[in-house]
Amino acid sequence: MTEALSSIDTAAPLVDPDERRGGTGTARFVATKLAEAAGSLILVVVLGFLLFRMIPGDPVLTMTRNRPTTPALLDELRVKMGVDKPLLTQFGDYIGGLFRGDMGTSYILQRPVADLIAERTWPTVLLVGTATLLAIALGLWLGVRAAWRRGSFFDRAHTGIALTLWSVPQFWLGLLLLVASNGLFPSRGMHSPDAAPDFLSQSLDVAHHLVLPCFTLLVVFYAQYMLVMRSSLLGEMNAEYLTTARAKGLREDLVRRRHAVPNALLPTVTLVFLQFGMVVSGSVSVEAVFSWPGLGQLTFDALHGPDLPLLQGVFVVLAGAVVVMNLLAELLYRVLDPRVRAA
Amino acid sequence: MTTPASPRAIVWQRRRGAVAKMWHEFASNKGGLIGLGFLTLVVILALLAPIITDESGLDVTKVTGGLLKPPNGEFWLGTDEAGRSVALMTFWGTRVSLLVGFAATILSVLIGTIIGIAAAHFGGWLSAVLLRFTDFFLVLPSLVLAIALSAVLPPGIATIILAVGVTSWPTTARLVRAQTLTIESRPYIERSKALGGGHLHIVGKHVLPGVMPLVLANTTLVVGNSIIAESTLSFLGVGDPTVVSWGSMLSTALTTGAVTRGAWWFLLPPGVAIVAIVLSFTLVGRALETVLNPRLRGAH
Repeated sequence: MTEALSSIDTAAPLVDPDERRGGTGTARFVATKLAEAAGSLILVVVLGFLLFRMIPGDPVLTMTRNRPTTPALLDELRVKMGVDKPLLTQFGDYIGGLFRGDMGTSYILQRPVADLIAERTWPTVLLVGTATLLAIALGLWLGVRAAWRRGSFFDRAHTGIALTLWSVPQFWLGLLLLVASNGLFPSRGMHSPDAAPDFLSQSLDVAHHLVLPCFTLLVVFYAQYMLVMRSSLLGEMNAEYLTTARAKGLREDLVRRRHAVPNALLPTVTLVFLQFGMVVSGSVSVEAVFSWPGLGQLTFDALHGPDLPLLQGVFVVLAGAVVVMNLLAELLYRVLDPRVRAA
Repeated sequence: MTTPASPRAIVWQRRRGAVAKMWHEFASNKGGLIGLGFLTLVVILALLAPIITDESGLDVTKVTGGLLKPPNGEFWLGTDEAGRSVALMTFWGTRVSLLVGFAATILSVLIGTIIGIAAAHFGGWLSAVLLRFTDFFLVLPSLVLAIALSAVLPPGIATIILAVGVTSWPTTARLVRAQTLTIESRPYIERSKALGGGHLHIVGKHVLPGVMPLVLANTTLVVGNSIIAESTLSFLGVGDPTVVSWGSMLSTALTTGAVTRGAWWFLLPPGVAIVAIVLSFTLVGRALETVLNPRLRGAH
């Protein structure tokens, strides 16, 4: 009953085998992917609306949970949020607002949601960008070494560590680092109030605050790069072109660096974009631990309001960004891998 | 003298043989065996918690220990900021984590299996729509979606189960779809169709039995993910604050300043518990995958 189960390819799930077989031209491929991404974006927008209007019944009651209110105040809030209008009109207003870059007003902070998201984007980009770059460097280096000496102590130890880290909740890792660093690095926020106003001191101050959250994310992110690089390189290890390279008399590290690694790099390049969903999730919990003033912290604050207009805006922006990143991954994969292009 | 066995007896004998063979292969995987042993122990202890410990120790009004005391003779793992025993809290937290982990997994695997089989079996526009739907949910940042769901639903354990279950099914659906496609391409399905087997017969008698082993291996991996998701959501403050869970313990540790005061004894036990449970599920899942998928055997 079990002898012929097919293996599930987890390394490169992004290209559907059916699509790979059908000989579509590049233009058609790009058009299909763009249409799919556009469909996903529409779904994100619709889901963002339905999630916050349909399920709870009355969003105003949800938001004022545990707060002293009067019926008059509730009515005023309903008018302000537009939930007194028919659902279809609300949807029209919501779509129109999105096109104008208007995502409503935050209930708690009393400011436009779009402005809040815009000013919180830069800290998150700084944090996850730094962590991702470091994770790529570390993950690729470890992955190449582990695969090249497959089955060695180095390989087994690092694969084991990576699998264990996969079981570690990100926020707990952050908490541990917070205790372990023992006040060596700032534990909260992005700026100290007493830093000098000049550019250098400000940058150093931010970098100092960046250490702990960035290190937490690095530990969480690198494992996947390492495991994918390892399995990808293992796939290339028995390739005939490596035998050719060795037969030419190339030194082993040249064979590895010039021949094997460039071919094995493909899946990891797209992984940068595919991992974006995980990066977003990671930033929410890690920013909550370190009070890093980014989009994750904003999501956390919105959850605690609960500030539904803000949460809706954050959801639409983050989910939309993930859709765009996945589109980039699929397009990039095709550009980089001639085999997929020729198919 | 052996009498000819009845067909039913032969079937059962074969099944026993198959199970014994699978168990033998599973037992040859040391990691899987350790994980399974640990999980069995934890589940039994969690079920016995009301019998072997006193729940009143979790009530902040009835506590006896000092506030945030490091481990000592009376409290092996110290006390929390309200004077409760950290060991007792971690012990009781197991129940919530396992409950949410299993319940969310059942929900997730159920949705994933139904959508996966439907996407592969029926073909046509329905498959296309379901596949797009699955891919859409696959890329959505599940934590953000779970947070959004939790914000609009009343706080509590049921909300966490729903939020985790509803956001984690796409991987199962993808897996089941691929497996259903391979099974349905085999000749015996064609034969079954030729003999007049309907959708229900083919899915129930042929597809499901073939898909189930894979779903089982995947399920153990999903449980681990669900437990991490549960602890993350409780940490972010979604759950019922009066119910002690590993995530809510860690949330308390951060908000009440136990972390800034370096109370490592309040921080380590729930986290280590999460890692140990999730790692065990991962080990068992990987061992099961190796047993059920001969291509993975020996490839490490």
